[in-house]
Amino acid sequence: MSDPLLRVRDLCVDFGANPAIRGVNFDLSAGETVGLVGESGSGKSTLARAILRLLQPVRGRVEFLGMDLLRCSGAALRAHRRDLQIVFQDPLASLNPRMTVGEAIGEPLQIFEPRLTAGDRVRRVSAMLERVGLGAGMAGRYPHEFSGGQCQRVGIARAMILSPKLLICDEAVSSLDVSIQGQIVNLLLDLQRESAMAVLFISHNLAVVRYLSHRVLVIYLGRLVEVALCDALFATPKHPYTRALLAAVPQLPSATAAPAAPMVHAAPAVPAPSAASAVPVLPAEPIRPARLMASGCAYRDRCPYVLPICETKDPPLLEASAGHWVACHRSQETLIPLSFA
Amino acid sequence: MIPTLSIDELSIRFSHRAGTIEAVDRLSLKIAPAECVGIVGESGSGKTQVFMAAMGLLAGNAEVSGSVRFEGSELLGAEPSTLNRVRGSKITMIFQDPMTSLTPHLKIGTQLAEVMVSHLGMPWRDARASAGRMLDRVQVPESKRRLNQYPHELSGGMRQRVMIAMSLLCEPSLVIADEPTTALDVTVQAQIIELLRAVRGESGVALALISHDLAVVAGLADRILVMYAGRIVEDASAQELFRRPRHPYTAELLKCIPSISGPRPLRLPTLVGQPPRPAEVLEACPFAPRCSRAADRCRIERPQLTGPATGQVACHFPLA
Repeated sequence: MSDPLLRVRDLCVDFGANPAIRGVNFDLSAGETVGLVGESGSGKSTLARAILRLLQPVRGRVEFLGMDLLRCSGAALRAHRRDLQIVFQDPLASLNPRMTVGEAIGEPLQIFEPRLTAGDRVRRVSAMLERVGLGAGMAGRYPHEFSGGQCQRVGIARAMILSPKLLICDEAVSSLDVSIQGQIVNLLLDLQRESAMAVLFISHNLAVVRYLSHRVLVIYLGRLVEVALCDALFATPKHPYTRALLAAVPQLPSATAAPAAPMVHAAPAVPAPSAASAVPVLPAEPIRPARLMASGCAYRDRCPYVLPICETKDPPLLEASAGHWVACHRSQETLIPLSFA
Repeated sequence: MIPTLSIDELSIRFSHRAGTIEAVDRLSLKIAPAECVGIVGESGSGKTQVFMAAMGLLAGNAEVSGSVRFEGSELLGAEPSTLNRVRGSKITMIFQDPMTSLTPHLKIGTQLAEVMVSHLGMPWRDARASAGRMLDRVQVPESKRRLNQYPHELSGGMRQRVMIAMSLLCEPSLVIADEPTTALDVTVQAQIIELLRAVRGESGVALALISHDLAVVAGLADRILVMYAGRIVEDASAQELFRRPRHPYTAELLKCIPSISGPRPLRLPTLVGQPPRPAEVLEACPFAPRCSRAADRCRIERPQLTGPATGQVACHFPLA
């Protein structure tokens, strides 16, 4: 395989004295979508912001096209910004209410392609508006005139106008209704196929991540605890935390017919979460995360499979089977039962 | 038997500079004692407004018509003093965001005790003791210590448990839970659903569960009402709704919901178009512009909710 587009190595972020991200390593290739899942407070957004150097990490490397973004000069970073774009969760809050959507989408062009004539810029903006399904006639309207789903299309148009090589979606569909969510997910899939951009898709919605991602990273208290191909992760989750996450997802009764769209993956059925009442026996949330992150496995307080070694030794992320990485002292055992009782 | 909540021909209009918005259009529903009814619909479908009307909490520019009766007595247009005897004690509400629905500068114990002092005339000391017992019941660990804490000292899941405790203090007949798990992580959501299930089992309270998430409702509700553009388009037992949705909107919506198991299609199924802007009273089916089964009749005649009590649908051409 060719060199990855993005290479993150040993990334660490602190908030004051508190560790937020610890030793994160992963690669992202052109055309690939990687899902990043975890609970609130696990560091998903912090990781995204550190990659874009919107936060300054304390340690590690973020190599984008071979250049270390964390150590390059301001000018070099600015030159790369056009290739690194982000779409945020709240589409209305991330648009300037005093700019028409045409101005908002055109602004990146003004900054990065200042020689473009006004007429050319308008044409590019119109084409982009059409591409995201809004229509060129919408350019003169203000964000408040749009619904949440339409605002999110504007946010995507603004991120896509410079044809970035990497797009980070930070909970980009989480605030949308389910019927609109599908439209936005499909739009992202289409745009990616056209441009071969890499996508880091951050979401707490595991089902949406499953539809979009080639690979999935599971993050817990600032550490990656499991990295696997999407189908492998959902079919055979290995980390106890991943299993607990999957078991907690409420499911529709199975009578709902399978969607009639063409199938590409015939994933094996997920064994665990059958009844809606199957609730994992987990304490609600980690208590005093700083203590848990200092030494040992950060998940040990909630883990039903905890061993003495988990208290003292932080499990490294190891390849348990081909392409399936797990940070758990018991990852090689097959005896872990799938039920959480 | 008198229904716990009985809503007849409820319409809610909001007037503003640019005209009026028809948020709820001639809606009728009943909730029986101890029944758990799920109300699902997308944002703007009017699901919250129906219950805000019942609680007398609509915005000042709302015009309401119709009838909302609680255990037989009319709530619409009732004096504030009458309403205040009922709401917060006999009808209670749990909101989406427990941080903004708790008072930030009052201790948990004070906020809980206040409910019983004002509604039941209980002395503060007894009320605080009751509050502690209620926290135990909703499985808040270290309840004694929690009474002396402020909302910001608790996690989101704990705050929602406190809200649930507060809603149960005066032995209500009806708890309205408006997106009670939407702001929570999936692991915490599972615990809150489990708690609501336990509460129902123990207390026999009726529960109106408002959510945009059919999967959350699926695990709890006996009966599900599907709302679209200010109307109920389908009313069926939970089992029936998932096995055999009859309204095209319900069927399409179910297809759109991505799952963590089963096949993974190349594209997510979607509903084409947008819900209608709630601008004017439509004498037509509001779903017609997005519906693959729509015919001329759907564009001129409003379908009424009809059918047996086990499964009603408002559609001229329902699915078999």
